[in-house]
Amino acid sequence: MPKVIVEVSPKPEILDPQGKAVKAALIRLGYTGIDDVRQGKRFELTLDHPPADADLELITQAAITLLSNPVIEDVVAIRVEDGTE
Amino acid sequence: MIRIGVVTFPGTLDDRDALRAVRLAGAEGVPLWHAEADLRGVDAVVLPGGFSYGDYLRAGAIARFAPVMGSIVDAARGGMPVLGICNGFQLLTESHLLPGAMIKNDHRTFICRDQELVVESTKTAWSNGFGANERIVIPLKNQDGQFVADERTLDELEDSGRVVFRYAGWNPNGSRRDIAGITNAAGNVVGLMPHPEHAVEAGFGPDTPAGPRSGLDGLTFFTSVVAWLGRVGSAGSPGSSGSLSSTVPAGTPTSPTPPTSPAAPTPHAQQ
Repeated sequence: MPKVIVEVSPKPEILDPQGKAVKAALIRLGYTGIDDVRQGKRFELTLDHPPADADLELITQAAITLLSNPVIEDVVAIRVEDGTE
Repeated sequence: MIRIGVVTFPGTLDDRDALRAVRLAGAEGVPLWHAEADLRGVDAVVLPGGFSYGDYLRAGAIARFAPVMGSIVDAARGGMPVLGICNGFQLLTESHLLPGAMIKNDHRTFICRDQELVVESTKTAWSNGFGANERIVIPLKNQDGQFVADERTLDELEDSGRVVFRYAGWNPNGSRRDIAGITNAAGNVVGLMPHPEHAVEAGFGPDTPAGPRSGLDGLTFFTSVVAWLGRVGSAGSPGSSGSLSSTVPAGTPTSPTPPTSPAAPTPHAQQ
């Protein structure tokens, strides 16, 4: 079935304590050259029908209403993934 | 007797303490359930702390859409006093009754301590019993307690006197400008991260110079709202001496039934 992927990331100006912790761990493990880590969220919405424009509009609305909080997060991507192998 | 509702969501921890605080302040505590839109004729509402529905998405993000929240948002816009503590504060920001948001503490760890605060506004429904710039100590316990908002919103909060509580001595979570609690323009909605309901009874509060666990500073939040509602009831004009701005409609809400203000959502109106 087709999936709509919604990706949410902390706003650039908002400190990301989780990303900072991950970066510190990466450096401890010897992964060099990493300047910054931001940790976001990825939602996979599996539809029971191929998404039309109206579906994507609704999902865009849902993305800013529930899936993200626009005060601290940006919806950085909404894209359709074809579920066929 | 003044009736103050305390909402329980799945995952709420401090509803019993909040009900007890309400009773100790001389009001009747009314348990409210997240799945019921009926506010049972209460005069004010407390959204207590805990972890509503596990906070899987963001703290308060799912609870915000509970049936009881629709009624509370309507009633709050009509002037009903609402206090959000910790998770309840997060709920108020997710509901856009208060601006800003809470993210993980800057030190990334859960913290539990007796926290000193400065009371910077005594004009709200929940802080009018304090003295100006009074220093109080109440417990603080959270992991997602870092208050953030954009600079414009922070300036607006400061300029309009809507920072109600500021961390004193030490900022325990990296909150912008040491902000611990804020209010809306009308002063009826207040949210803060620390927990007044845990400092209302001798033997169970923070330590003070007077003795161990003797701190009762939290009780004033609840006696404040009882006084506020008493004034509203007798004068019919809550704003006459207490409110922060003239935007409070005259004769605002004391009726036991929640005012039926327009339900039109105004997302992000305050950001």
